Parts: sequence; structure tokens; C-alpha cells
Amino acid sequence: MSKTITLTYREALKSGIREALQKDERVFLMGEDVGHYGGAFAVSKGLLQEFGPERIMDVPLSESGFTGAGVGAALAGMRPIVEIMTINFSLLAMDQIFNNAATLLHMSGGQLNVPVVIRMGCGIGRQLAAQHSHSWEPFYAHVPGLIVLAVGTHEDARGMLLSAIGSPDPVIIFEYTSMLNLEGEIPEEAGAVDIRKAKVLREGKDLSLITYGTGVYKSLEAAEILEREGFDIEVIDLRVLRPLDEATFLDSVAKTHRALVVEDACRSVSISSEVSARIMEKAFFELDAPVERLCGVEVPTPYPKHLEDAAVPQVQDIVDRITKLLKS
Amino acid sequence: MKKSQSKTKLPVSKAEGKRLLHQMQLIRRFEEKSAEVYTETKIRGFLHLYVGEEAVAVGVIQALKEEDYILSTYREHGHALARGMDPGAMMAEMYGKVEGCAMGRGGSMHLFDKNIHFYGGNAIVGGHLPLAVGMALASKKQGKKNVTCCFFGEGAAAEGEFHEAMNLAALWEVPVLFLCENNLYAMGTALEYTHSEQQLEKKGPTYGIETATVNGMDLLEVMAASKKAVDYIRKTGKPYFLVSYTYRFRAHSMFDAELYRDKKEVEEWKKKDPIPQFRDFLIKEKLISQKEIDAVEAEVEKQVQDAIEFAENGTWEAVEDLTRFVYTETPES
Repeated sequence: MSKTITLTYREALKSGIREALQKDERVFLMGEDVGHYGGAFAVSKGLLQEFGPERIMDVPLSESGFTGAGVGAALAGMRPIVEIMTINFSLLAMDQIFNNAATLLHMSGGQLNVPVVIRMGCGIGRQLAAQHSHSWEPFYAHVPGLIVLAVGTHEDARGMLLSAIGSPDPVIIFEYTSMLNLEGEIPEEAGAVDIRKAKVLREGKDLSLITYGTGVYKSLEAAEILEREGFDIEVIDLRVLRPLDEATFLDSVAKTHRALVVEDACRSVSISSEVSARIMEKAFFELDAPVERLCGVEVPTPYPKHLEDAAVPQVQDIVDRITKLLKS
Repeated sequence: MKKSQSKTKLPVSKAEGKRLLHQMQLIRRFEEKSAEVYTETKIRGFLHLYVGEEAVAVGVIQALKEEDYILSTYREHGHALARGMDPGAMMAEMYGKVEGCAMGRGGSMHLFDKNIHFYGGNAIVGGHLPLAVGMALASKKQGKKNVTCCFFGEGAAAEGEFHEAMNLAALWEVPVLFLCENNLYAMGTALEYTHSEQQLEKKGPTYGIETATVNGMDLLEVMAASKKAVDYIRKTGKPYFLVSYTYRFRAHSMFDAELYRDKKEVEEWKKKDPIPQFRDFLIKEKLISQKEIDAVEAEVEKQVQDAIEFAENGTWEAVEDLTRFVYTETPES
């Protein structure tokens, strides 16, 4: 049995960044407050002291400018990690991400690679309200040319960046602000992880619970509660939101014949819309019941805690929905 | 900001004079031919012509070395040709054929050739300025001595990305030449309707960036000003802002009815046409003979005709290949 270590999601993220910086001289981190301040969410605390200002670059509040500079540096042979403080701010950089990073390989007929990694704080749950917290993963998952990753576990918090840095194509990584202080256990030697496949985190035969991001630990907890009720739930972490690994969840549905998709993003035109549609298209005759969805409420993120909690699926919501589904 | 030392003519040798005239003439005729085949529907989409502005592309690129990076706009045929892109591959690109410089995936607005460090063909106005800063930043980090030259129009100077890029370039002290081609109209809207400060060169010093202006209708002046700019960048590693005053003789694109400017204004500017101006200079200085001029023109006609034939004979990419170039190793789904 290999040894495990206990660390927070934040520490896992940081150890991934540190290792990427150690392994490859072309790697550098650029973002608002990543250096002297130590990272808006303290993810990069201490890295400036360790690696110096050439590799840990504080940037002005110019999301489009510095993200574009990251894309340009990638074009010219570097391996930049661009940190955008929150997904809300990333909208200011969407021109660079959608019109440049995602298109240059195609528009150049395969000549230009854009090996840039763009990390951003995502999700809700820390009372940051509507301009500092949202689950807008579906925007990015819509765009061909991007590889879009959601960090739902500690192992991925450490490993996804290490794999992303080796990708010849642009990678977007969503890191969940509400999980930063959460402790978890990972194998001591945990490192780079696969960034093409979804993962079955818990096997079961009664229902496929398909989720990503903050939904992962909530779903695993719900599955444990449901086990005590006699239900055997399979939990799938999608991990890669684009290109979507449909084989993993279609295989699962072929086994369980029921599916519930859980996400924080609001329901309309979301990841769950896509997953649900693909199950209908490709596994319709495997289903014993319609695919169900448990999503964020269609509302800008509210500030008060009780409303914020009510805006996204909680463990009890998942338990209740599955109980209803399986008892009907 | 300083006026460039425009009156000091560069000494141009006979061979150089002929080569420069050839380049400008090639751009002019290549584009006139493009417009012609556009009306025959061989080229579709947007086609933005550079006619009248040739001295800028040709003049600036003389100051650059092979290892320097160039980024341009959607009006980039002139820059691509001046950089030495193959006219056949360019025309094939505009036809949408596989033999195009970007496999036909980009078209007129998206010419790319990594081998000559030509990075587009960027059609979001202002969107490539941050890229240029990033490429120059990479050069600095890698200890390379090359310069990144970024062409853009005066319309881009109203975009936030222009200001972000100027600030970043100055802050990081990276070797980038911001080359503004001020042709006075952002599509069909004149400077006076779009900029509170129409002397765009005033914007450079506010970022602490060395700045100059140049008469973009005179090749020799552009060459002198560009050389000075690039020398400065190579020496200091810092950015430079050069505003070139120029004019496009033709419409913004093939869809433009030109309702926004007076025909007399266009005719006035045509008197400053950089090609006859430079040709007359060469004749006056006895650097070229009429026979040589005829030979240049004949050679250009042949190049343009060859480019058309190359494009005509090109092939269409198989529809089965539609999803290529989305990812480096195209994953399923």
C-alpha cells in the first residue's frame, strides 16, 4: 500500500504549480496578485520568494491584455500559466481565449500551437455575490479548440495542471473557490493525471450520478447516505468538460439504466443539457426512466448565505432526488 | 514625440531600388487582381485591400530581420508579400484551397506562415496587440534578440486592448514595434468621430513609450523612420510606437459603397501614390531605366498570373477532414 498524505485543495493546487515550475524552465505564472500578495486566494503564496519575479509575474488589472500576452508567449515557445482571479473577470479576457487561443491552430491550418494554461477561480459558496462567483463552465465548454477541465478532487487539484502544461493546445482549468480549505487524502507520489477521460469514482448498479466540480464530493457523500438506505449509486466525475468523454457515462448508463446529472451551473444550456442529450441520443433504449437533472437555480449569485446555499444543489437535495427517483 | 528625420533620403542602390519597386508593384497588382477575381466570385467573404498603403508594409519590413516576428491585421496582403510569402500560396488561401498558406482555413483575413514568422492575419481589431506583447515577452525571457512588429490601424487605438498592450509593453520593457497605419477611417468612420485625441502619437508618451510619426506615402521616409525605430528597440529592448499617416485608395472591403468620404479627397491622396512617387525618384536619380521598369512590371504580371493559376489548379479539402486542426491530436467527440 502506498503512503498517503493529507492536504487542503489549495495546497494540492499549489504543489502542482510548484512542480510544473521546477520541471520546465519555460513555465511561468502570471496573474493579478499572484506574487507579492501571494495570490488572491493564497494559492501561490511563497512562490515569488521561491522562483523570483521572472517566473511569478504580478500583472496589472488587464485581463484581456495579460491573457493575450500569455497566448502570445505560448506561440513563441513558452509555457505560461495564466491565473484569472475569478471566472467573472475572465469574461474580460474572452476575446483572447475564444478568438485567439481557441482558433489559431485552426486558422493557421495546423501551423500554430497555443500551449497556454489558463486557471481561474470558479463556483459559488463563499458569499462573494454575483460579480465574484459563478458557475459558468458551460461558456467555455461550448468552444471548439479549448480543453476544459474541472477540478473536483484533491488528486486532480495536484495533477491536472501538471498534465495541462504538457498539452500542445490551450487548457482552461476551473478551480473551485469553495473547496480551497477542504482537506483530502492523496497518494504521496500522486502526480500528472489523465486529462482526456471522465472517472468512475464509485461503482454502483442502481443509478449513474454524473457530475463535476463541486458536485463531486457532494455526490460521493450523497451516495454514502443512500447506501445506508440500500441504494447502490455509481458516481462519475466528468473532469473534462470539453472534449466530453461520453463513453464513460454511456457505459455506466448501460449498466444502471438510470441517470441523474448534478451541477452548480444553471440548468439552461449547461453541461447537464449536453450530457442528458447525448444519453438520449446514444443510450435511449438502455434507459428505464428519463434522465434527470439537478442544477443551479437560474439566478445571479445572491449574497446571503441561506440564499446562496439554496441556489445550488446540496447533498440533501441529491439524496432526496435520488430517493424519489428510485422509489418511484 | 519626434518627427522622423524624413528629409534625409536613404541611399538606395540600383538593385535595392529595383527590388523595392518590385515589391510595391507586386502588392498593387496582386490586390487589383484579387479584386477582379472577387467579382468573378472566386474569392468570397471579406477582402480588404491595401492599395495606396504599400510604402508602409514595404518600408517597415526592410528594417526587420528574418528572425523577427510579424503580426498583422485583416488588411495584411501587403505585409505578407513584403515579408516574402509565396503569392501562389496566398492566392490559394484566398480561394480556400488546400494549397493555401493556411490550408484554406483562414482566407484573405487569416494569412499565416510560421516559416517566415508571419503570425496572421488577425481580424479582431486590436486583439493581436496583446499577442505581440506576449511574443516579445517570450523573446526577452528566452534571451533572444529579435523584435516583434505589430501592424494595426488607427481604429485599434480606440480598443481597450491597445491601451492594455501599450501599458504591458512599457511596464515589462519588451522589444515590440507598435506600427499604427493611420489611414484616417475605421471602416467608414473618420477619426474625428471616433477619437477624442486625433493625434494618436500623443498616446505613446503617456505610457513612457518612445514615439514618432512618419509620412506613410513615401517609401524612403518610412524606411528611415522604421530603421530608427527598430534600431532603438534592438538597442534598448524597449517598445516603440510609430504612427504612419497613410490612405487607402479603395473601399474598406468589397461591400463598401464609400458613402463616408468625398471622391475629391480620394483623388487628392492619389496624387501622393507611393509607387509612381518612388519610381520617379529612381528615374530622377538615374537608379533605374524605363527598360528596367518595364521588366519589373512584366515580371510582376507573370507572378500574379502564376499565383492565379496556382490557386485555380488547387484542390478542395475533403469534407471528411472538416474537424482537423481543432486540436493537435484530434480527440473523439
